[in-house]
Amino acid sequence: MKLKDILSPLYVWKRAFEKPYSIATLTEQRPGSPVYRGFHQNDIDKCIGCGSCAEICQNITIDMVQVKEAKDGDSGLRPRFDYGLCCWCALCVDICPTGSLRMSNAYTWVEEGLDKDVRETFCFTPGVDEKPWDSEELGYKRPNDYELLHLDRVPMPHLPVEERLSSFVEMVKGYSRELARKEADRCIQCGICTATCPAHMNIPAYIKAIREDNLEEGLRIMYETNPLPGVCGRICTRRCEDVCALSHRGEAISIRWLKRYLADSVEGQKYAEILALEVQPRNQSVAIVGAGPGGLSAAYYLLKMGYKVEIFEARPAAGGMLRYGIPEYRLPYEAIDKDISFIVSLGAVIHYNTNVGKDVTFDALHENFSAVFISVGLFDSNRLAIEGETLPGVISGLDLLDDVTNGKIPVLGQHVLVIGGGNVAMDAARTARRLGSDVTVLYRRREIDMPADREEIEEAMEEKVAFHFQAIPIAIEKTSDNRLNFIWGKAEMVQQEEGKRPVPVMIEGSREQVVADTVISAIGQSAHYHWMEGNAITNIRFGRFNIEADRWGKTSDDKVFIGGDIFNRTADAITAIADGHRSARAIDAMLQQKA
Amino acid sequence: MADLYPPIVNGKSVYDLNSGKYLKMWQGPQHPGVTGNMSLELIISGDQVVDCKTHVGYLHRGFEKLMERRRYINCFPIVCRICVPEPDTNEYLFAAAMEELLGVEIPERALWLRTLNLELSRLASFLMWTGGQSGAFGHGTVAQWALAHRDYVLDLFEEWTGARIYHMYMTPGGVRGELPEGWTKHCEQVLAGVEKLLGEVWHVMFNNAVFKSRAVGLGVITPDMIDHFGVVGPVARGSGMQRDVRKDSPYLVYDKLDFQIETETAGDTYARAVVRWKEMHQSISLIRQILKNMPASGPLHVTLPNVLHLKVPAGETYVRAESTRGEYGYYMVSDGSAYPRKITVRGPSYSHAMALLEHLAVGVNIADTHGLMLSLHTYPPEIER
Repeated sequence: MKLKDILSPLYVWKRAFEKPYSIATLTEQRPGSPVYRGFHQNDIDKCIGCGSCAEICQNITIDMVQVKEAKDGDSGLRPRFDYGLCCWCALCVDICPTGSLRMSNAYTWVEEGLDKDVRETFCFTPGVDEKPWDSEELGYKRPNDYELLHLDRVPMPHLPVEERLSSFVEMVKGYSRELARKEADRCIQCGICTATCPAHMNIPAYIKAIREDNLEEGLRIMYETNPLPGVCGRICTRRCEDVCALSHRGEAISIRWLKRYLADSVEGQKYAEILALEVQPRNQSVAIVGAGPGGLSAAYYLLKMGYKVEIFEARPAAGGMLRYGIPEYRLPYEAIDKDISFIVSLGAVIHYNTNVGKDVTFDALHENFSAVFISVGLFDSNRLAIEGETLPGVISGLDLLDDVTNGKIPVLGQHVLVIGGGNVAMDAARTARRLGSDVTVLYRRREIDMPADREEIEEAMEEKVAFHFQAIPIAIEKTSDNRLNFIWGKAEMVQQEEGKRPVPVMIEGSREQVVADTVISAIGQSAHYHWMEGNAITNIRFGRFNIEADRWGKTSDDKVFIGGDIFNRTADAITAIADGHRSARAIDAMLQQKA
Repeated sequence: MADLYPPIVNGKSVYDLNSGKYLKMWQGPQHPGVTGNMSLELIISGDQVVDCKTHVGYLHRGFEKLMERRRYINCFPIVCRICVPEPDTNEYLFAAAMEELLGVEIPERALWLRTLNLELSRLASFLMWTGGQSGAFGHGTVAQWALAHRDYVLDLFEEWTGARIYHMYMTPGGVRGELPEGWTKHCEQVLAGVEKLLGEVWHVMFNNAVFKSRAVGLGVITPDMIDHFGVVGPVARGSGMQRDVRKDSPYLVYDKLDFQIETETAGDTYARAVVRWKEMHQSISLIRQILKNMPASGPLHVTLPNVLHLKVPAGETYVRAESTRGEYGYYMVSDGSAYPRKITVRGPSYSHAMALLEHLAVGVNIADTHGLMLSLHTYPPEIER
């Protein structure tokens, strides 16, 4: 043993004269670091209750509890944390698609009340239950450049603009298997979309089927709620995508294109085998007026339930607006035929070229069938109600689309004006572009007010369709060289009622004019019911514009149901399909009750 | 004295507890300091240990089985809890195994930050060991110094990753977040403090007659025992073995850093302590090298396919890293589903704390058993995954 080894430890005394490591007082709280993973904070207005936090939590710390009314795009649920279970990994913060969830740097929580249940003293719903750290700025947030979600959608291959304009070939090419699976992988399966879809399609389930390459299962899932998936996969107004959880910080899942991929990937001949329906035949038969999406959907579900179905269609082909109102480059006829032929193969009888009221009376339907489902659609174009509307060269958007479907090639001339800002206006404008005309669209409100699909507006702009916004039609005059002089006035947007969208009001004295060869009006459509006459309608109550019906589409006559564009406000295919499905169930319930 | 020891037949002590010469005594399973929850069943004669059986299982939480029922991303918050004082090796190895099976390469800067994380946690773990080793020999002052400095290192982790113990920083695909502003400066301050501390520890603990008299010659591991008992890490290096995963199969950026394997030859508790003391200096040097040479900017993370339903291609892999106790390994098997088929964790304490300790404890004074356990630097949580 060396003397040094005995003396050296005395070095310890040196520390006695240095600053101590320990903190002298414990009265002051030491704050957590600026990125500390402490108690949660949730911006409940930003949160949509998608439940991804609960999904990724490995400790089952998070319960989704109801704190407000559910609405489109918001389940009304908010995460409630049980701090007896939390391990502070912050994966919930990382995955949060809206970015509403974060953590404060608070790590102490003192609560009075030993007599309380632990559920009250250990659990809380951030943003709802007030806590001292609610306004704390510091704490863990998802770091930049660190992302668990894929926020960008897999781009859909499109035809280039020049190629688009030279033909009516479908412009969207569709996903390949690889692209579809990649896109399907982005889905977090929250189901916010399902709640918003009018038909409540089980979107997460069929996206999962795509991801797992189980196309047959995917098709079965789609047909549970939608018998026209090939159609909806192309032209659906896709409110599901508007509310997609991923759309809050990134791009929504391409739900529509994934649906199309599923429908396109399975051959039509195989449908019968895959969707093998066990049908118990029933005696009753149902008449359906109009073979549009509403009528076809009702037919499919009624056939599935075993009823006999006869559809009365005024035109030479089925599909309604799908066929006569949507141009081929968006919805090719083969896609419509594929979906319809499967429904027909189940035994639906379609009487083409049969006008109810002319070729067969409504009375006869009412008498001969156990129930009647009316889904005639809105085929009457609204009038512009200005001077010169009846001049030759002024046509409606629907007429143009109809003619093109029927194989006529209308002569539109060099310059075409389209009046309106809805989907029909866009379709008419783009069809006119494909027919070789220059097109200008006039719309009475602003661009952001346009009811047309954003994508259609953008594509129309790509195709060099010109736009005049806040333009109110005044009159149409014939020019000396047999063209049309369209006179319009500039409008300004006036907020007339609080909380409503501003109204265009014409600036006094404003008067502009454009010379065109054809004026296409596309300012909305309506229905008429002249064809409904006879004794059968005595029980049916008519409203101001429409037939009155309950939420099942049931009119005041027990036997008569309505659906589709004449019934719902949104007037789109998916809502019509939902109407058809819902009315089919209501008809079934009604007939079962009677039987 | 010699007749105190029972005769050894076929390599086992044969004793009769009813003879009155021997006493059976349990050490643990209560937490006997930083050695964690395990227990030693000691047969003592006077105050000499004549036989030792180790009992583990008090900390079993079934991590490996839990992980078979969890999605990969949900295993990420679990793995760090396998070893409390040095959780980061688990995080790294889990992520590395998963990335290997997925065929994912993480960005360069993430590699550097992971190395920084591992070295910093090595320092924290060694400081904790310093506290344990000195405390086990009754040197409470050094223990408190060391643990105070460990807390300074944990402060750095808190500032950087948002947590002190379970950092959960090395996510599969990279790392979570940048070094905060001013962190490098704080880190240098802490490192300087630890360096000063190491000097003081050298004076007070290593050049200490008491420490020397108890540690020198305690638990001697001869080179021929090394492979027999599966000895790794500083324990092996204390017996002159050049064995260090960081050099033997460099991972992350260790091949870009300048360091040598630190060894001692005596193979006893003192030699092992010296190796660890040197390795703390080594860690400090490595941290400084990393902060100096790390790319200044660049991506930190690659987004994996959606982690909520991520399926890892079928396959198996074994990845390893050098922890403060030696080679730490993760064996991961995937059957192509969203759940790991099997994850086996090789905690180095497994071989050190059981067979080796049973062997070394024989003949040791009862008062030195803690010091012996500490010199093997065992963490029971990693024995019982």
